[in-house]
Amino acid sequence: MSAPAATAFPGVPPLFGLVLTGGRSRRMGHDKATLTYGDASPQLERAMALLAPRVARAYVSVRADQADDPLRARFPQIPDTVPNLGPIAGLLAAQARHPEAAWLVLACDLPLLDEMTLAHLVRQRAPARAATAYRSSRDGLPEPLCAIYEPRSRESVAAYVAAGRDCPRKFLLSADTLLLDEPNPRALDNINTPAEYGSAMQQLKDTGASAVPRNITVQYYALLREQAGRRSEALVSHARTAAELYAELASRYPFSLAPEVLRVAINAEFREWSAPLADGDTAVFIPPVAGG
Amino acid sequence: MAAFRFSHTPIDSAALRGELADPACGGYAAFEGWVRNSNEGQPVRRLEYEAFEALALREGERIVAEALVRFGVAHAACVHRIGELAVGELAVWVGVSAAHRDEAFRACRYIIDEVKHRVPIWKKEHYLNGDSGWVNCERCASAPRDAPADEPVAHRHVHDHA
Repeated sequence: MSAPAATAFPGVPPLFGLVLTGGRSRRMGHDKATLTYGDASPQLERAMALLAPRVARAYVSVRADQADDPLRARFPQIPDTVPNLGPIAGLLAAQARHPEAAWLVLACDLPLLDEMTLAHLVRQRAPARAATAYRSSRDGLPEPLCAIYEPRSRESVAAYVAAGRDCPRKFLLSADTLLLDEPNPRALDNINTPAEYGSAMQQLKDTGASAVPRNITVQYYALLREQAGRRSEALVSHARTAAELYAELASRYPFSLAPEVLRVAINAEFREWSAPLADGDTAVFIPPVAGG
Repeated sequence: MAAFRFSHTPIDSAALRGELADPACGGYAAFEGWVRNSNEGQPVRRLEYEAFEALALREGERIVAEALVRFGVAHAACVHRIGELAVGELAVWVGVSAAHRDEAFRACRYIIDEVKHRVPIWKKEHYLNGDSGWVNCERCASAPRDAPADEPVAHRHVHDHA
């Protein structure tokens, strides 16, 4: 299947993507867009790589004085039009530039963000609402910086800023927002301080973090075998966990089974969805069983 | 012989029963699962069983071992058919021998129930009307939740499980 969000349907606004990089990174003391984890690429590059296949166009949101930064200059940019407003300035500028589009807005400091979390957001997008966002697993509040803002939210965003307000989370609370539960509760942990950076680095190390591609064999059974059109395949994947691998495969094959009804086996043993993948592993996604 | 195994040919339950014979046992209980000619009102012509054998054998062995410990029975075994089966054929056999009948019945029931829930075996039913379907799989295909009613149908399908 082609990337779903890049396909236009009558009446559904196209989905564009925006990675926010205009923050001052004051607590980190180092530009967060250029941070790397292990041997992985800089955060901005990683965010763009995750986002680009799911949207019709992907942009980087920058402060006016960041336009010449070499890392940011590699991507199409939308500079802020209002200074010192925080992340909502990026959305404001993007909606002004392309009022016809819905915007998937993403912070660049989400090192644990995974394919599954983005895929689920895009899949569950409700174009008839003002926005679609995740409900934080920590405090139950909307997560504004991995969310989709529909064109119908544009006027209320502008009015909100004109009223002197700038908190995107409170904006989502006041708007007609569809709130989703997070498929992976740590995916949206953001990184503001060197201590949080260290903790995320450790988490990524634990789950086999780096962007090094792995040789994985996938075997298919029963309904998934029929839908994949094959019994097994050897592939090179950037997926770090079983969950990311299934999301990757589900974007390629017309799988009708949601992860919630499947179980995971790696090397012929049952494992969790969060289980890290290692080079040479064999993965099987197990449809609901029916022996006897 | 392994306590849990697959058979690609018809199961000989009399021979299997012989494997569990033991002078110390006063009771033997067995369960046979047969291919029925209908399921949920649909006339069934034949069945197809498929297994992820490497994991199924491990999980099946674990279930039989659990039954031995939990019910204190002397011997237990389970054999499951794989491949195409006609109506009336023996699909699964469980046998238990024990000192007394009560634990034999209970261990037998435990094994068949756990096998049905835990072992990666799938059943495709072929109906008399030509349709077919994977049991327990065809109706759990999830539609996106909270999709607005005015969203075009094509849009929903493309976004399914992306």
